[in-house]
Amino acid sequence: MEFQGRTWKFGADVDTDAIIPARYLNTSDPAELAAHCMEDADPEFPNKVAAGDVIVADKNFGCGSSREHAPICLKAAGVSCVIAKSFARIFYRNAFNIGLPILESPEAVDGIEEGDQLKVDVDNGVIYNLTKGTSFKSTAIPPFMQELIDAGGLINYLRGRLSR
Amino acid sequence: MGMTITEKILAAHAGRDQVEPGELINCKVDVVLGNDITAPVAIKEFEKIGVSGVFDKERVVLIPDHFTPNKDIKSAEQAKMLRDFARKHGLTNYFEVGRMGIEHCLLPEQGIVLPGDVVIGADSHTCTYGALGAFSTGVGSTDMAAGMASGEVWFKVPESIKFVFNGELNKWVSGKDLILYAIGDIGVDGALYEAMEFTGPAISSLSMDGRLTMANMAIEAGGKNGIIAPDQTTIDYVKSRAKRPYKVYASDEDARYTRVIEYNVADIEPQVAFPHLPENARPISEVGTVEIDQAVIGSCTNGRMEDLRIAANVLKGQKVHPYVRLVIFPGTQAIFKQAMQEGLFEIFVDAGAAVSTPTCGPCLGGHMGILAKGERAIATTNRNFVGRMGHPESEVYLSNPAVAAASAILGRIASPEEVE
Repeated sequence: MEFQGRTWKFGADVDTDAIIPARYLNTSDPAELAAHCMEDADPEFPNKVAAGDVIVADKNFGCGSSREHAPICLKAAGVSCVIAKSFARIFYRNAFNIGLPILESPEAVDGIEEGDQLKVDVDNGVIYNLTKGTSFKSTAIPPFMQELIDAGGLINYLRGRLSR
Repeated sequence: MGMTITEKILAAHAGRDQVEPGELINCKVDVVLGNDITAPVAIKEFEKIGVSGVFDKERVVLIPDHFTPNKDIKSAEQAKMLRDFARKHGLTNYFEVGRMGIEHCLLPEQGIVLPGDVVIGADSHTCTYGALGAFSTGVGSTDMAAGMASGEVWFKVPESIKFVFNGELNKWVSGKDLILYAIGDIGVDGALYEAMEFTGPAISSLSMDGRLTMANMAIEAGGKNGIIAPDQTTIDYVKSRAKRPYKVYASDEDARYTRVIEYNVADIEPQVAFPHLPENARPISEVGTVEIDQAVIGSCTNGRMEDLRIAANVLKGQKVHPYVRLVIFPGTQAIFKQAMQEGLFEIFVDAGAAVSTPTCGPCLGGHMGILAKGERAIATTNRNFVGRMGHPESEVYLSNPAVAAASAILGRIASPEEVE
């Protein structure tokens, strides 16, 4: 998997209420949710984001609620992946489970600015900053989570196991 | 090498004698929980797996509590998905409006979660049940779907941080203040991916209600779970409620912790967490003048009997400030009835407060107390993120029920000591 897009940069502790406010959680339709993606952090974000774009954030991205609507709305809005110094644990699991690639790399976060063009090689965990001509390696994904990804997510993995 | 209580519970549910932090394990789960926001997504995922039924119809618990009683048509459709699923699969633990409660108040009260259990819930505050000596953690909807189908879940065994609370609690200081103080100390990611084990004489002296409040907010420090080893208080609480056997675990003397953090609770005043993170905790004496428009007492954090009694104690014979709305949310129907029988509602209504049926309502900006632009609330809830209770330019301050009640009377954030 490889993506290319513009950087949208956010600070530390971006919570799930900022990613998708609870006032929109009376639906689970990805397109409806995407229309309000990151709205409380940047009201214009849903209009500005384009397919392939990358969110780059400081530590503890996705803290707070367990709402899977958070990674779902990011993916539906066209965000190709999220790069952060660290992720809150429920968001981390949810992102893998719904197939939103996320990469941990403090160095990349410090070396990328708002608007930079990025190329992300998810399989090898390499982040290329095309604007600055630099590259970064992300923290390796645990092998079990790689198995989940290879199976096409948790539900497919489980379907294989339970239908044996 | 000894094991922590968290490691022992996970090992037992993975069919192992020993587990090590960092290991990936597959665990049997005792209870799988979902609500009207998260379960609709889980039900859709569940249908894709292609199993005929849930792993155990007594152990999949569905509670429509967030946007109920249904606040709009879309919410009604979501709640209906839970109801239809519960009927189709014969779930014995579906709780309808009028017979329900806020999930994390209801499950311990009904004896559905017990010491030694492994519990997953598609709600981040599922960590509440650690107060009973269970391993309990929040997951997303897809994990919930997988749990409903298989009765299993995968975990990375967490490292543990041991918190030792020494000394005796000051007046008006409760479990809420201890946990806000700890979050203020270590930060909102201070326990990221880790188990938070609460120990010490001050924890032993806490009621179950106070302990449930503490474990409830482990997630606000990024924790995977919060846990308190069962003692006589725990056993007294669960013995009349349990309908199945349970097991009591305790950490070994030589268990391994990444950190041991000690506090003397005599140094801890009632805490107020300023916007927009729970880590912005300050002692009440350092709050200054903060005028409020609304006060909220209730939620999965502070909606239990002890919380309502404390609030009533402060509000008795007082009036809510003319510029303030005070809204009180008992956690469950049983708590609602008990509070009514004890005469607490008379105190609340005479003071000029509104009392609601149990709902998560305003805590997450759902309904029943939404803030307008520029408005400010003090709340006994668990999060004060941007826009959490309404408009993105509103503010939430977190406190214990005594401080919230005193603030409602005085129209500004205040100590109960200031109320005559």
